[in-house]
Formats: sequence, C-alpha cells, structure tokens
Amino acid sequence: MPPAKATMSVRQANRGASIIDIQGEVTAAAENALMDAYTQASTGGARVIILNFSRLEYMNSSGIGLLVTLLIRVNRQKQRLLACELSEHYRQIFELTRLNEAIGLYTAEAEALAAVSG
Amino acid sequence: MSTPMPQTPKDENPHDGAWAMPVSKLRVEDVPSGAINLNIEGRQVVGPLQGFGQMWQKTYSVRLTGAKVTPEHVIMEWKKNFPKFWPSGNRFYAPLIGIAAGEVAVLNLAGPGGFPLSTGVMVIYTDNESFTFMNPEGHMYAGWITFSAHDDEDCTVAQAQVLIRANDPMWEIVMRLFGFKKEDEFWHATLRSLAAHLGVTGQVQQKTTLVDPRVQWSQAKNIWHNAAIRSGLYMMAAPLRWVRKLFTSKGNPS
Repeated sequence: MPPAKATMSVRQANRGASIIDIQGEVTAAAENALMDAYTQASTGGARVIILNFSRLEYMNSSGIGLLVTLLIRVNRQKQRLLACELSEHYRQIFELTRLNEAIGLYTAEAEALAAVSG
Repeated sequence: MSTPMPQTPKDENPHDGAWAMPVSKLRVEDVPSGAINLNIEGRQVVGPLQGFGQMWQKTYSVRLTGAKVTPEHVIMEWKKNFPKFWPSGNRFYAPLIGIAAGEVAVLNLAGPGGFPLSTGVMVIYTDNESFTFMNPEGHMYAGWITFSAHDDEDCTVAQAQVLIRANDPMWEIVMRLFGFKKEDEFWHATLRSLAAHLGVTGQVQQKTTLVDPRVQWSQAKNIWHNAAIRSGLYMMAAPLRWVRKLFTSKGNPS
C-alpha cells in the first residue's frame, strides 16, 4: 500500500459537532488517517461530524468508498455526517456516486454549523 | 516471459478527466453486435447506499511475482483486454472507445440456473492505476468495483475490490445461498487469467469484510428492476416476438 498523502485534523465546533479538516489526496491509503480522525472527532460525544473539504487536493474512487464506510460507522453510532466546502467538481462526484443522498452537503462550514444548531 | 515496461509521459497528469459526469439515466451508444441490450437504458446507477442487502467489501488480489510490469502497464493491459479475462459463458461488451470515464458497457452473464442475464455497468472513474465500474438498477449488486494495481515490496499486485449490497431481496437470498461463492470464483478466475496474460501464475488472495450487517428494507422495492426476472421474461417472450415478426414481415409489401 503506497504511503498516505492525506492529513486529517479535528476541531470541536461546539458541544454537539466536530469538524474533520481533510487535506491532500483521499485514496485507499487515507483509510487509517480518516478513521483515526473520526474516532478523535467522536470523543466527547459529538452527534454531528462535519467533513471540511476546503483543502482537498484529490479524491479517487477508493476515497469515495472510504466515505461510504465512514458513513456506516457514523450511522451505527446514531450520528449525522455532513460535508462542506466541496468544489463544484466534487459536488458532481457526490451526485454521480449518489453520496449526496446520504451525506448533507453545504457550501460553507458556517452553513453546516447553522444547520446543526438551527 | 517478461513484458516491456512502458513509461507514463512526464507531462501527463494521471488525474485529468478521471471522473465521469453525473447522469440521470443510462444510455448505451452503439449496441455491439450479438449483445442482448436489456436492463440498462433509462436506468439509474446505484451505489452501495441504494441497495437492499448487507454491505460487503471484498478485495481480491494477486501478486504478479516474476512479471516485470509496472502498475500502469497492468492497468493498460487490463483495460485493453478486459473481456478476455472473464470466465467463459460471461460476456462483457466493451464500449467502442474502450473503458473510459462515462462509457456504458453491456454485460450478458450466465445467470442463475444457466439463464442468460442481461445488465450493464457504467465506467465512473479511470486513471493510470485503476478504473471503477458502477452498476445500474436491477444488477445483482448496488455498488461499485475498482480494478487497480500497485507496487508492493518486490512486485506489482493486481486487485479487484467490490463495495456492494445485493440490490433487492431476491438477489440477497440468491447471494447468501450460492451467489457469493460464485462471485468469488468469478474474480479469482479473472485475476488468474490476467496473471497468465502477463506471463506468470499467481494465487489469488481474498479479504472479506462485512461493512454493514443490516439490510435496508426501504430498498426492497428495487426488485421491480431485477435484471434476472426481466431477462427471464424477455427470453420467455421470444416465441411471441418471433410470431409478431413473422406477421409483420408478411404484412409488408415486397
């Protein structure tokens, strides 16, 4: 397996929501980093996990598969998974793969947070 | 037998044009001669989130030990000769321009009980080291399969990975009874054929993960599009089509 080219960092937005900032290339090699970030994001009882894609460089089809398995884990914990700051190109990919039917998409992080707290 | 190692041009970005555009309904351009084109036109693609059955991830891989090939060369050969590696009785009618993002291929498979099953796939992603198919409504599986190659220590590894749910309750029952075993045999045989094409023999390794043990009852309605049922009805109606053709041709003035 080639080395991961993605880095993930976690921020607590408020008591109910955590944000995972995704940077770099999301491919199969990013699995451990993504799942570790999710574990960290869920510490403290976050009910909503927001993926911020503003610094995403690239995502291939294996990366999309990772989001599906992440979504299953999120649902199992009765949490919600949202995504924000996707470029138009990646919004179309979410539409192509029909991930947009299960993951709420928001243009900006502030909108995602407002949707959670509203 | 060694094979040459072509180089990727340095100025070529392997990610350019990798993804297909979203489509609302599938269309098959230029139906290949001999193909039964059913259960594709007008269908949507379905991912693992839209299926009915348990969600599985299965990874089939073969180490190409002894073959001096790069991952790029493996994928190039795989795309070029894709139908050739399939077990007999199963036909993959490639698009005229080949396996490229956005293209739709017709599949005529050996279905349950030996009846031919017609369905298809859409190519949603390709780059120099992988390509991915996504399935239409009615296919056995809702989901996608990614074919890829990568370097691992001293050799290149070829891999097929599926992330799937059975599309509807009938397919889920079939799969649990014997379909999954057939599926495994299919991809094991395909990878062995690929390895043989590249001049080596290899044992296929398999890793299976149950991603979600729950079925999605809200998707039971997918059975409406079931490709096996519709293919079977099409075959049973063949005599009626023959009679209609007979009367239609007799009605045309010569």
